[in-house]
Amino acid sequence: MTALDTASTTSDVTTEAPRRRRSFSRERQRSIPLTILLWICVLYFVLPIWWLFVSSTKDNSSLFATFGLWFGGGFSLWDNLETLFTVRDGIFLRWMVNTLVYSVSAAVGATLLATMAGYAFAKYNFPGKKLLFSATLGAVMIPLTALALPTYLIFSQAGLTDTPWAVIIPSLVSPFGVYLMRVYAADAIDDSLVEAARVDGAGEFRIFAQVGLRLLGPGLVTVFLFSLVATWNNYFLPLIMLNSSDLYPITVGLAQLQSAASAGGGSQALFSTVITGSFVSILPLVVAFLFLQRYWQSGLASGGVKG
Amino acid sequence: MTHSPALSDERAPQPSGERHVNSAIRKQRLAAYLFLLPFFVVFVAMLVVPLAYAGYLSLFESKLIGGEVFAGFANYGRALTDPAFLGGLGRVALFFIVQVPIMLGLALFFALALDTARAHGSKAIRMLIYMPYAVPAVVATLMWGYLYGPDFGPIAQIARAVGFGTPDFLSPGSILGSMMNIVTWEFVGYNMIIMYAALRSIPAEMYEAAEIDGAGQFRLAWSVKIPAIRPAILLTVIFSIIGSFQLFAEPSLLNTIAPDAISNSFTPNYYAYNLAFINQELNYAAAIAFLLGIVIAVVSYVVQLGEERRERREMRMS
Repeated sequence: MTALDTASTTSDVTTEAPRRRRSFSRERQRSIPLTILLWICVLYFVLPIWWLFVSSTKDNSSLFATFGLWFGGGFSLWDNLETLFTVRDGIFLRWMVNTLVYSVSAAVGATLLATMAGYAFAKYNFPGKKLLFSATLGAVMIPLTALALPTYLIFSQAGLTDTPWAVIIPSLVSPFGVYLMRVYAADAIDDSLVEAARVDGAGEFRIFAQVGLRLLGPGLVTVFLFSLVATWNNYFLPLIMLNSSDLYPITVGLAQLQSAASAGGGSQALFSTVITGSFVSILPLVVAFLFLQRYWQSGLASGGVKG
Repeated sequence: MTHSPALSDERAPQPSGERHVNSAIRKQRLAAYLFLLPFFVVFVAMLVVPLAYAGYLSLFESKLIGGEVFAGFANYGRALTDPAFLGGLGRVALFFIVQVPIMLGLALFFALALDTARAHGSKAIRMLIYMPYAVPAVVATLMWGYLYGPDFGPIAQIARAVGFGTPDFLSPGSILGSMMNIVTWEFVGYNMIIMYAALRSIPAEMYEAAEIDGAGQFRLAWSVKIPAIRPAILLTVIFSIIGSFQLFAEPSLLNTIAPDAISNSFTPNYYAYNLAFINQELNYAAAIAFLLGIVIAVVSYVVQLGEERRERREMRMS
């Protein structure tokens, strides 16, 4: 298997680059009008986040008194952070940890299930394959929120509501992940490698673990990130499943803080806490995306084209 | 979204005759089923069973006397004549018809523009447009809620400074538009990335003929690039159908800052939630959820069918 190992460690991210076409004719003609137009458009996407950052450096009175898109009235980011992390005995940190735990375990599980299923669809022939795959594709179209209600009733009969499982288990199903992994595995894993491993006497599971998983790297990251974001951003499911605020993820927690702030009327001290909390809550995902972008892009490239 | 099955394991190791081959194939089939098993266990438990359960529940009515009573399709009859449900459905349909073309049009424009690599800082532009996708809908709605705000919202501040007065983004007449803006902001980048990834993997040969013809960028985009990524565009359309018909987080959060503009049946999903958890009308809520699922499936199916027809027509023509 040594030959296999070296062949498989050359990752797909690097093979993406040489395939790049069009170096042949257009030699980097840059267009100034297009550049200006695009950067103006970028403002639309960035300014709200900029506003969020600027506002999290203001205390409540300057929040209302100064211009929203620029700093003013002193720099109280640290005070805001201190309030944020100490309000209600530091429940904000707890929410962050909950979100992290829910979304990472759901994403790991969903990726594993989707990878195994996608690999089986791509690399094996068996009776019922077409039917099972059609069922999976059809399920992409079922709205998950329409399922949340009956799922809630089933979970409450099983006594699982208001536990982390109620958020994690429903998030394990990722039909789109199976679809992506099938398309990706069909491309990335050469049948001759699988055959060669079989001739070497490797069992099917060993082939999957040692040949398959290695070659599926970028696809894995793509599916992982999609499930991670889906669970991280989910609001409906945890909202109906969870009662105790100790178990809330950040989305439900922030919504609760916000409605307390709006209902409070006079006690507007909470607004700057909500804003600072919103800003802090988006940092982890933004950072994760920046670092992992080259992986998910090559993973998506194969999934998007072959519809 | 069809995929030709990969013809892979037709040839099993051959050395020791028929019986060995058969047992090898059996072994491989068993392995395939075992690989599929975990996914399909969760699939059945978390998708098929709840769906069936919602269908079952929707056929009952809960009465003060006698408890759960079989009611046939009474809940569906009620839903189809319920102005609150139909109004919500109309609202999300309008949302879909207006917002999705704008969002996908922008996404396609950005994807094509970035694919030409003619702008300075293309990579940074791509990342920055994509960034809102990492922002949860809850945070995006909270944030835009503040931005729209008539007091310290920067949009109102600027409008006042220029002399336009204070625009009211949260009035009943404008709230749907404001919501469209929030969703557009969140998802243009996501759709752009799907299209951009598809554009990047168009094989070079497809460009060569057009290059020799001396086709300009717009011709190239229109007659080579867009047709080549049609499956990816269809995928974004399907995701957008699902997304807009099941809007929930945006209306439910805007409700706290604009209670007059957002009724408890603003979108069907929000209505089903309020019915189930505030009014305790579980059976009726299940019928609404089920109907909503059917509407989404039908709309997605019609869109896909239309696309397939078009493909076939074009194949015949060429």
